[in-house]
Amino acid sequence: MNISYRWLREFLVDDLEDAAPLADRLALSGFPVEEMEDFRTGLDDIVVAHVLDAQPHPDADRLRLCRVDAGTGEELQVVCGAPNARAGAWFPFIPVGGTLPDGMKIRKAKIRGTHSFGMLCSARELGLGQDHDGLLELSGTYEPGTPFVQALGLDDVRMDVEVTSNRGDLLCHLGLAREVGTTIEGLPELPGVEPVTVEFTSHPSELELEGVRFTNEAPELCRRFLGAIVRGVKIGPSPDWLQARLRAVGARPINNVVDATNYVLFELGQPTHAYDLGKLHGPAIRVRMAADGEKVTTLDGEERTLRSDMLVIADADRTVDVAGIMGEDDSAVSADTVDILLECAHFEPGSIRNTKKALGIQSDAGYRFERFVDPEGQERALLRVLSLILAHAGGTLHPVAADLHAREWIEPHIELRLARVERLLGVRFDADRVGELLTPLGFEILDHEDGVLRVVVPGWRGADVTREVDLIEEIARRHGYDAFPAELGTFRPGTVPDHPLFRLEDRLRGLMAGLGAFEAQTPAFAKESEGEVRLSNPLNKEEPVLRRELLPSLLRRLEYNLARGTRDVRLYEFGTSFRKGGVDGLPAEEPRMAVVLHGRRTPAHWSGTEEALDAWDLKGWMETLAEVIHPGAEVVPGARDGLPINPHVSWIVRGPDGRTLGCGGAVSSDAVDLPPWAGTVFGIELELPEVPSEGAEVRAVALPSHPAVERDLALLVPDAVAASDLLASARDAGGPLLERCHVFDLYAGQGVPDGHRSLACRFRFQAPDRTLTDEEVESSIRNVLASLRENHGVEVRGG
Amino acid sequence: MSDAQSLIERLDALEVTALDDIAAATDAEALEATRIAYMGRKDGRISLVLRELGKIDPSDRAAVGQAANRVKAAVETALDGREAELAAVEAAGGVALDLTLPGRRPERGGSHPISLVMNELWEIFRDLGFTRARGPQAETEWYNFEALNTPLDHPAADEQDTLYLEDGGLLRSHTSPVQVRTMQAYEPPIRILAPGWVFRRDTYDPTHTPVFQQVEGLVIDEGISFVDFKATLAEFARRFWGPGTQVRFRPSFFPFTEPSAEVDVKRVIEHEDGTVEETDWLEIMGAGMVDPNVLEAAGIDSERYTGFAFGMGPGRIAMLKYGVTDLRTFFESDLRFLRQFSEAGR
Repeated sequence: MNISYRWLREFLVDDLEDAAPLADRLALSGFPVEEMEDFRTGLDDIVVAHVLDAQPHPDADRLRLCRVDAGTGEELQVVCGAPNARAGAWFPFIPVGGTLPDGMKIRKAKIRGTHSFGMLCSARELGLGQDHDGLLELSGTYEPGTPFVQALGLDDVRMDVEVTSNRGDLLCHLGLAREVGTTIEGLPELPGVEPVTVEFTSHPSELELEGVRFTNEAPELCRRFLGAIVRGVKIGPSPDWLQARLRAVGARPINNVVDATNYVLFELGQPTHAYDLGKLHGPAIRVRMAADGEKVTTLDGEERTLRSDMLVIADADRTVDVAGIMGEDDSAVSADTVDILLECAHFEPGSIRNTKKALGIQSDAGYRFERFVDPEGQERALLRVLSLILAHAGGTLHPVAADLHAREWIEPHIELRLARVERLLGVRFDADRVGELLTPLGFEILDHEDGVLRVVVPGWRGADVTREVDLIEEIARRHGYDAFPAELGTFRPGTVPDHPLFRLEDRLRGLMAGLGAFEAQTPAFAKESEGEVRLSNPLNKEEPVLRRELLPSLLRRLEYNLARGTRDVRLYEFGTSFRKGGVDGLPAEEPRMAVVLHGRRTPAHWSGTEEALDAWDLKGWMETLAEVIHPGAEVVPGARDGLPINPHVSWIVRGPDGRTLGCGGAVSSDAVDLPPWAGTVFGIELELPEVPSEGAEVRAVALPSHPAVERDLALLVPDAVAASDLLASARDAGGPLLERCHVFDLYAGQGVPDGHRSLACRFRFQAPDRTLTDEEVESSIRNVLASLRENHGVEVRGG
Repeated sequence: MSDAQSLIERLDALEVTALDDIAAATDAEALEATRIAYMGRKDGRISLVLRELGKIDPSDRAAVGQAANRVKAAVETALDGREAELAAVEAAGGVALDLTLPGRRPERGGSHPISLVMNELWEIFRDLGFTRARGPQAETEWYNFEALNTPLDHPAADEQDTLYLEDGGLLRSHTSPVQVRTMQAYEPPIRILAPGWVFRRDTYDPTHTPVFQQVEGLVIDEGISFVDFKATLAEFARRFWGPGTQVRFRPSFFPFTEPSAEVDVKRVIEHEDGTVEETDWLEIMGAGMVDPNVLEAAGIDSERYTGFAFGMGPGRIAMLKYGVTDLRTFFESDLRFLRQFSEAGR
């Protein structure tokens, strides 16, 4: 939120030297200043000038030729394109040789054949807002040549303060002043503005005043509604100082009535709204719920369709204001308004917020009401606005104002236990100290008995201070967080075990680094076809779902790397697969790991030839990963639906219970966009167990003290027989002495009959307690060969 | 009759010729022949000299034996060295040996920089007695907001611009729901760290991504106070950012903590040239004492137990730590970027 340094300072008893220390105080109270803009910078060369005469340019329809008095002792000729450049008006002016805030230097120029000696400026050119409709016209009268900054009281700094959403009371200068220092009694005096008083006629729900009928039909949503009538106003611009104030906080001056309401909004945080009384049908003011489907065109020019749960202000026939958010166009104050009705009300935050959200309206008023406005601040704000209107727009204030007071605000009393304060903050505070800290913020200590204080909460803190703990926070904040000690005490270990999935991921990260793979992180959003869990408000239409598989995201990362000339891409990722059908109506989430492999098996080296990774590397990676992630699972040929893996070169990880736990293989060529040189890409996607086992307990086996015997045999194996089946049969038949058998060579071609291949197998025999005899080994081999012959039609090659 | 002196001289002469011959051997075969010629047990030239040992005065034999051992050791060393050289040359395809050629390194991968940061955070908090907890990424409104003392009609619920799921539920906008789930499942004392993905309706820009990692921390026990809160996080900050680090706690607002704080650090970096640089205050986490409403929502007696919670973004910390200026870089998974971290020895 924007505040003006000068404006804020008016509320403080102590005089802060400059904006920087003020910003520090705000930050230490919890409201950092995000940005500061010093209006003084860059405006040194700007002066106030008087336009003596303005004539159409002889050679250009849209340009004017002005004679300007800028206090230099001579009249200057200035060419100007703004429509409001007219004789008798006052504008900021920059002479030849001067520099604008944006660094532009003004030179003597020749425009359409006419010399121009300087420039009349718009608000935007001076960095005073976005207003570029015309020149920044000043409403007062000045000595020509007066420095512009001095003339407008612009020696000010705009401070953008970050106010947390619980502190609606800080969305104004008064509120922030309370946070940073001791505030003055009452309100600051304003130049030429006299305080006003008015008598209130009060009723909970209906009354009549000056022929205007006021009713409140929604007392639950509108606590209080004040209405005052001013007749005979003259709409015009506000004085320069007030316009400058509004610009300083980033608001656009409109006219002397609307500006008065905005001034008080920024000053006291209470929104008010001025209606053109002549446009109110009835005349009547009704606080009521909208009719379903009712339409209203708000001040921003949008037509809004209302619902019956939205609060509005209506006249006898129609809605004239979306309550607390934005007024309607027709009944608003305009240039020819003569009589006005000024509203100052208190609305319930929840209702305002829901309406604002449903209609998508952002407004200064709505922003404050939804964050809670001081329920006791309406009278003061109404009178403040009236004093400004009477001072600047004239008119006669009706001495009585309407007060529909549906519900009184009852200031909450909170019991504060000093023992609890100490327990939570770790430091003892006595009652005096608590009083010292809380009273300057507007809290009142009612009494103190047995270590319990009764604290009265001021209206403006009514929403955010409702419990003892809220007061304890105020104590800590005012004491200063830095004033608390920070000594590490003893602690007890927690009851929550370190989640085993994190431990598994840690181990896998180490393993993958050793295997030469890099960890990727990719967002979980995916295109329509890649998921089933849909977002109702996706970030973009191309990615409306949460992904079901990780592999496609990793393949995109592979493409990204290849496109940047990187070869040998090995990436892996831990992520989540989202599917429909979890608990509590939520999707099911399955932790997963995916891997992509591509390129050379080992980094290029001057000594050797390059070998590309192949399917057997992939299978080996799968086996290694399966061993770590799913002990006891095996990698067998097979495919899994939904993954972009070519089913002809595909394996699955099969758990001991037969469940498929992952899949890997050659990535389908249509699933990845590769440059022609790239070769095959391999991919793996594995489930990670939600609660991984920490692995079976390891029992070390004593090493044999007797030598093993190895026998190599070349076996002629029919193509239809799977190596895994062959080895399984061999292990079964080999008996306990066959410690291990594995394939160490594969051959087909000359000497091997058609429909067969030759598998060279190494059999290793071992007994723990003795050296084996030849006879024992031969007997075991005979059994193996007999089994292979019988079950698989396998013969010994050359045997 | 040989005397000891002449035997020693002959041995020394043999050493010289042996070293020449070894250096002249150009393949393994020639080298082996050289070895046999000098060191052969039967007819090696050194053995032949030693046969004459019997002819000399016994009192001189020890001196000759010592000389022989010295020569043998020298020849053996030269043989081994030449053998290794010849093997390397052979590996190099017979080209002249150049020991400055690069070695054959296995490809070394690495963890994502955000995982590296996460791991560093974890190691520090592990030493401070924390364990790690997880929770789902798709959550109910109750866990994401209401149980965290954030009524759905409060503006605070809006600030996080939540992504909702079509079939109900939402994507958690912070890791704080894990606080509630953990407190429901376990009795205090609780000291957990909960890292995980969170989601917000942010667009991709240098400092925002709609999905990012967060680390939540939660401590619940009897007698945990604001002092413990400050002490634990200040200890963390000094361990992570260096012992000279200054830590600042600023009041703030989060619906689920009270009092709430933003934690800033100012690093003091000592450069190699001896100069000391102080950074600006860097905002590193939001934190506070757990709001009693949160404890009660999770079924914990808020009069008996108190605690603190904190949340930080390892992505932001990684940016600060590694000097990364665009958060999106972390999602690109460009190997040229990822390699920088493993090449730095991580």
